[in-house]
Amino acid sequence: MTPIASRVMRGLAVSAAVLAAFAVLDGAVHALLAQNPFGAPRAAEPQGGIVGWLLAKQSEFYREISATIRAAKSDGSAVWTLLAISFAYGIFHAAGPGHGKAVISSYMVANRETARRGIVLSFASALMQSLVAVLIVGICAWLLNATAKTMCGAEKAIEIASYALIAAFGARLVWVKGGGFLRALQLPRPALAMAGAHQHDHDHHAHGHHDHGHQHHHRHAHDDHDHGHDHEHDAQHVHDEHCGHSHGPTPAELAGPGGWRRGLGAILTVGIRPCSGAILVLVFALAQGLFWAGIAATFVMGLGTAITVAAIALVAVSARGVAERLSAARDGGGMVIMRGLEFAAAGLVLLFGLGLLFGYVAAERATCL
Amino acid sequence: MPSLDRLIAGLVLAVSVVLGTAAAEAHPHVWIVAKSELIYAPDGTITAVRHAWTFDDMFSTYALQGIETKVKGAYSREELAPLAQTNVESLKEYAYFTFAKGDGKKQKFTEPVDYFLEYKDSALTLHFTLPVKTPFKARQLSLEVFDPTYFIDFQFAEKEPIKLVGAAADCKMQFERPNDGTAAAQKLGEQNFLDGSAGNFALMFANKITVDCP
Repeated sequence: MTPIASRVMRGLAVSAAVLAAFAVLDGAVHALLAQNPFGAPRAAEPQGGIVGWLLAKQSEFYREISATIRAAKSDGSAVWTLLAISFAYGIFHAAGPGHGKAVISSYMVANRETARRGIVLSFASALMQSLVAVLIVGICAWLLNATAKTMCGAEKAIEIASYALIAAFGARLVWVKGGGFLRALQLPRPALAMAGAHQHDHDHHAHGHHDHGHQHHHRHAHDDHDHGHDHEHDAQHVHDEHCGHSHGPTPAELAGPGGWRRGLGAILTVGIRPCSGAILVLVFALAQGLFWAGIAATFVMGLGTAITVAAIALVAVSARGVAERLSAARDGGGMVIMRGLEFAAAGLVLLFGLGLLFGYVAAERATCL
Repeated sequence: MPSLDRLIAGLVLAVSVVLGTAAAEAHPHVWIVAKSELIYAPDGTITAVRHAWTFDDMFSTYALQGIETKVKGAYSREELAPLAQTNVESLKEYAYFTFAKGDGKKQKFTEPVDYFLEYKDSALTLHFTLPVKTPFKARQLSLEVFDPTYFIDFQFAEKEPIKLVGAAADCKMQFERPNDGTAAAQKLGEQNFLDGSAGNFALMFANKITVDCP
């Protein structure tokens, strides 16, 4: 076997292993948050009692929401109970089905994002999700007095759009990360340092075409001089010149306008689709003459959701960090592994989007009756 | 290339773990308390299933959104007719959540007839009759009512959940409620998913009715 082929194979194998480990970890976090013991079915044993009770609680929280809204009609203090239940429900709910955490954590891995950005992305997308739910009900039900059929139709249209957005977002990541991966593969190991220098020039050339500024962060990892920038392009930039550079944005970048724009794709992709539970709650609250309480509950729910999604995103970032440290230990091949990992995470977003779009993957769907 | 296989295997594992967990932790958004009747012809063939499904109050309120009535808060059968129409039309996509087998053979239903909605005690009840496409005789009939995606939780009524209408006197009915410990059901669901039979995990939530006619 040629050295290059064996390096490629090693890289791919390690990428797969790291990704699988990340997925298992992700699953374990869900399991932990949902209090659902992973694997080993031991049905109807007494010790399953507490777990079963907690799981049942998740769906009970939701059922209690309607009773609490009714109670709030006569007793204003019940609103506090409503908010508490909604918060708890949001936390549990995000641990369950949903596209948000899968997209955000894969994005975190693919795009070398920082933990802080993960938290910001999680909260921003959850906030947008709440906002969309309030807008749908506010416009359809409150302003237009549309029927449930119309509202659910709107919900379904948004749902399909959001799946298409996930797929498009994934395709874009795959395109960008695939290029980086391929280039990393093509570089013969001894030439890496040289290649870095070459890419450096290329980057500077590319900068001429951008009207927004980039901050450069230099990091030295073994023999390759890492160098470059990582940014989400606006729609008009279809090419990307990561070119095998490895670096992550510093928290300072978050403050800049480009920092916000970069994550906008992820926020929109995740945030455009409201949770059908929130819509039901809002319509119910509206019918009880307590729309404002429903809106408050929706945002508190979003807060709970954001906390869970952020926690999962943090796991993704640390998994990536571990992978980076591990791969940095092997000279040259490490970069291939990291680019492979990013490429795989990008592929996961694409697969997930396509799966949702074509119905192979059943996430929580809007069921119109 | 073996490593490519490994990469794909890794991806498949990652996807199935993420989504398997997702599927297993689904929770219902709509609750239905159901009552069902099995309609037999005099010659013993099974001709239809008649359902009466009562929705929970939150979904009932949601469904009633935007429906104009003469008297506020009171909904007549006529005023609810368009909604009933929507309901049965939408249910088609989900095969009416009703799955029948005659001696192990899948049976199909045609479009619902005699459907209407009733509003009582702030809950909507949907009545509809599902005619069997080709009426059949069966030594053993099995009927399951459930939502594979578990968006809807089906629970049969405490009193008279199932009635046999016009069945021979020696037909015996057995009714099995879903495993009540949701935890147990969901854990098994997870296992099924990893075993590659994801499609069936929701059978755990199924209400199983079996009728044996000698």
